[in-house]
Amino acid sequence: MRIERRLRQPWWLSVAVPVVSIAVAFLLTALVLLATGHPPLHSFRRLFDAAFVANGALSETVVSATPLVFTGLAAAVAFRMNLFNIGGEGQLYAGAITGATVGLLMAGAPSPLVVVGMIAAGAAGGAFLAAIPGILRAFFSTNEIITSLMLNYVVGVVLTYLIFDSHSYLRDTSGFEANVFPQGKTLPDEAAWSSWTINGLVLPLGFLLAVGVAVFVWALYTRTRFGFEVQVIGDSARAGRYAGMRTRRKILAVMCLSGGIAGVGGASQDGDFRHQLDPQGLQQANYGYGGIVIAALARYNPFAVLLVAFLLGGLQNAGFTLQGADFPAGLVGVMQGLILFCALGGELFVRYRVRFDRSPRTVKTAAPEPAP
Amino acid sequence: MNNSLLVVVLASGVLYGTPLLYAALGELLAERSGVLNLGVEGMMLVGAVMGFWTVQRVHGGSTVALLAAIGIAALAGAVISLIHAFLVITLRANQIVSGLALTIFAGAAGLSSYLGNDLDLAGSPARHQFQEILPKSLQDLPVVGPIVFGQSILVYASWLLVVLVALYLTRTRTGLNVRAVGESPAAADAMGINVAAYRYAHTLVGGALAGIGGAAFSLSITPQWVDGLTGGAGWIAIALVIFAFWRPTLCLFGAYFFGAFTALPFALQSHDITRFAGLYPMFPYVAAVVALVLVSSRAARLRFGAPGALGLPYVREER
Repeated sequence: MRIERRLRQPWWLSVAVPVVSIAVAFLLTALVLLATGHPPLHSFRRLFDAAFVANGALSETVVSATPLVFTGLAAAVAFRMNLFNIGGEGQLYAGAITGATVGLLMAGAPSPLVVVGMIAAGAAGGAFLAAIPGILRAFFSTNEIITSLMLNYVVGVVLTYLIFDSHSYLRDTSGFEANVFPQGKTLPDEAAWSSWTINGLVLPLGFLLAVGVAVFVWALYTRTRFGFEVQVIGDSARAGRYAGMRTRRKILAVMCLSGGIAGVGGASQDGDFRHQLDPQGLQQANYGYGGIVIAALARYNPFAVLLVAFLLGGLQNAGFTLQGADFPAGLVGVMQGLILFCALGGELFVRYRVRFDRSPRTVKTAAPEPAP
Repeated sequence: MNNSLLVVVLASGVLYGTPLLYAALGELLAERSGVLNLGVEGMMLVGAVMGFWTVQRVHGGSTVALLAAIGIAALAGAVISLIHAFLVITLRANQIVSGLALTIFAGAAGLSSYLGNDLDLAGSPARHQFQEILPKSLQDLPVVGPIVFGQSILVYASWLLVVLVALYLTRTRTGLNVRAVGESPAAADAMGINVAAYRYAHTLVGGALAGIGGAAFSLSITPQWVDGLTGGAGWIAIALVIFAFWRPTLCLFGAYFFGAFTALPFALQSHDITRFAGLYPMFPYVAAVVALVLVSSRAARLRFGAPGALGLPYVREER
């Protein structure tokens, strides 16, 4: 058996490999379920039902998919430049904090204004947090993987602190119950983002915004000079530098863009779904890490991110709905990991071709020229 | 005197630093062979849950149960790291993405949580846990008592391990070969070293040590099982390897440095320093960021850089 590099990558492979990866991942998940004494087919049927078929399931899947599109795009934007921003989780929290603050501060203003303010605040919050590893990477060459990840924990601590350990502006301190069971202050009605219903499918503003961001990212990366330079630097930082591209500036810009996108996802959590700053809900959902899986599966293509986020959103939604005896907690992460492993393994078949030869082929070579 | 803030912080810094030390030594071995494994957090959690499970299920004395638990935790960590090894060594996948995938697969919302739920481990305290082993008279000595003598066998074993790893990398033939594989796999290959075998072996040992580090959490620091028990220690261990310039002896001090920052919040609160107490848990993470910035200066990198081939797949035909 030999492995050799493909000279051309056939287009159908970039579709076939993710599809086969997901199929193989389901097979491996079935093995995990069997090994721990759960009937896999039953679990899968309930999974599919709860994710896409049951009454209202599709709308719930959109709810789960919305933050995943944001974090997926955030990861894709940065990973495309070989800039591994895995702080999507923390940047989403940061956006949720700033978004909720602005939503509360602007109470009484006209609703569209409040919504725009929340979006801007969320983007700013996420971008600010992402700028820290960005600056450290650009000017001190500090590994951005670790720093962006460490900030996830830092913001997680702040998030919990704001609601559980302090009497902050964001915490509901009105009644007796609110002091015993701490929770975020409920946002005013003006800060609730609208949604549209088409044939029973509820599309929240955040989801439409996420689609818009995907189009924007696609246009930015394929139609502008900025996007071209980002891709060149991603493929070969050295080539970019020799061509006179400003690498540091790009690193900072891409980190802020990435963090901003994740931050809008956080604001959308406040405005669309939770209507308060909800530390536990946000921390249990693991949207940031899911976004990394999505970006890698989508091979950093923004439109593929939409599709994959919808599929994995279904998985996550079903995980929440079904959590219990025949769908143990943690299975969602196991499946996400397995899908990603299979996609990574499948990448080999996109870049290389595997040949099975019994005997080394006799290569016809021209007879050597007789020496003069 | 032994209750003063500094002594308490240093003593529990050693306690909290020990899992970091095991995991960092493992990651160091893997990275020295050229394999970057970002899945440490996941491997630690699986080690923690399997070690805890063993202690709850094995019948027999405390020593037997704890030894078995360490063995199972190491095995579990190694099995998880095998996935990463296969993907990045044999299938030449991107090491960063594969490591992240490993943490998502095995981490707080993945396999470790699944196993913890499925084996029904949450909510009960460990039946056996690591205790201080030295006589009480030694432990009561001022200052050095709690810090040096008031520790469990895991701590003393980790000191031995530091020495062994340091000697291995500088004084043995195989250790030197590992460094060759990590610095320049093509040259190592030309010397007749089996690059893939070396990388597999060290990634697996790295996984085993991460598993032991995880078990140190569930059997010594907080003897129970909750999802996400390690709370980012795996990531701090990766930062620690960079911070220690890939040197085992520096890992020892670095581990206790971060361990002390992890212990600081509890120590401060027990000394009635509670202003903004809710924010103290961020100390170790902030310390990790600051430490990384300090060591990433150009001079430091030129003098003690990362292994030359860290993170790069080796393909003989494409060198």
